[in-house]
Amino acid sequence: MTGKIKGLKCRECGRAYPADPIHVCEMCFGPLEVDYNYDAIKQVLSRETIQNGPPSLWRFIDLLPVEGRATVGLDAGYTPLVHAKNLGAHLGLDELYIKNDTVNHPTLSFKDRVVAVALTRAREMGFETVACASTGNLANAVAAQAAQAGMRCFVFIPANLESGKVLGNLIYRPTVVEVEGNYDDVNRLCSEIAAKYPWAFVNVNIRPYYAEGSKSLAFETAEQLGWKAPDQVVIPIASGSLLTKIWKGLNELHQLGLIDPVTTKLHGAQAEGCSPVATAFKRGVDFFKPVKPNTIAKSLAIGNPADGYYAIKATHESTGSMDFVSDDEIVDSIKLLAQTEGIFAETAGGVTIGVLKKLVKNGLIKKGDVTVAYVTGNGLKTQEAVEEFVGRPLRILPKLQSFEEGVPHAN
Amino acid sequence: MASLKYHLRFPEEKIPHPVVYEIGQEYPVVTNIRGANVTETTGWLNLELTGDIADIEQAVEGLKQKGVQVDPIELDVIE
Repeated sequence: MTGKIKGLKCRECGRAYPADPIHVCEMCFGPLEVDYNYDAIKQVLSRETIQNGPPSLWRFIDLLPVEGRATVGLDAGYTPLVHAKNLGAHLGLDELYIKNDTVNHPTLSFKDRVVAVALTRAREMGFETVACASTGNLANAVAAQAAQAGMRCFVFIPANLESGKVLGNLIYRPTVVEVEGNYDDVNRLCSEIAAKYPWAFVNVNIRPYYAEGSKSLAFETAEQLGWKAPDQVVIPIASGSLLTKIWKGLNELHQLGLIDPVTTKLHGAQAEGCSPVATAFKRGVDFFKPVKPNTIAKSLAIGNPADGYYAIKATHESTGSMDFVSDDEIVDSIKLLAQTEGIFAETAGGVTIGVLKKLVKNGLIKKGDVTVAYVTGNGLKTQEAVEEFVGRPLRILPKLQSFEEGVPHAN
Repeated sequence: MASLKYHLRFPEEKIPHPVVYEIGQEYPVVTNIRGANVTETTGWLNLELTGDIADIEQAVEGLKQKGVQVDPIELDVIE
């Protein structure tokens, strides 16, 4: 539908802007967010129109910030909501669900969602070049979807990144730029490049549109639960955007009359080695102190997160909580999820499940609560995090006797 | 000539210091405060610096040397 986007609005001072490739309020420098014409959307959107849509995040196109039809990432989203009966039984939960974005298309992480929206929007705005600063999942998603869309692509990374992660981007043939310097240097340079070049920098000037793609996780969850919001959700925090957008998405569904009032409690999950947001929340302060990350959960290792303040705010609004887990707990939780539900998550998934365990132990999630844990990336991408902790194969000779002697329980 | 936007955070001991004034005096850049929240224990402000890129970069280094945390207005963009 056309006319659903009113424009952009400053999250701080409320000043309105046209729906352009801008991300900062010129008045107060606050972040901009998409503002929708919900009355118009309500006229055309219903459970039926959604259910008749494609089996992708684009079934919710009327609540996503694009004016025309979807053109990039057409198969992203609509991932399984797995009723995790085995893990639930282990933890003492009857209604535990895993929103399984380890199988997202095309690059096996939730970033496929946000990039599908960002590149579709960038294309309809007339951009031919896309860019991002990323060390992992985001770069994969941008490079892959830009390749499919035939768009020129630049990926900026720190020069000391592991070779495996570089390869995961090079295969799609973007221009990968290694910046000699630390993370702060790359951040600063990318802000300057985004300000100067007419590129769609997905997490800078296209960020207001890009971030909205995360709402699709909330939309799909509600639909897959039979059009209701969960009682509890556990969400990993990197920039903090995912948590704020899940909150926004659930409340939009209620505003449009698609679900009952939202009573969901948000629970934010971080790794102990990079927990600026969870630490601030636990201390009862609104503003976090930036940290230098030191954790195996690299995809969550944002020491100075752009939406940290807003994630704290949304969590308070929902009367939820935040917590963090150690690297050992992350590994244990990755193994637990794999061994109970057959889902191999990357380290961020270990953070989510680790914090879920703590929430149950601390009595914040009860046995009958409908609980959704967001598992946002595939374990095949971070095998090095668990390779020392999964044992070795049993080695035998190619003889039956060797098999029976060398393999326990063979008989 | 360029204009770049930064988010500054002040540690408690730097809050009484006129850091922005000093930077405007020490480097050929125009300082323009667009948002701020300063208390007795913590403080942040959104600052625009206008000038030649090289001068802005030196002014940013100068701010860091004065003990201020300086980040792009977007904070961390690497994900």
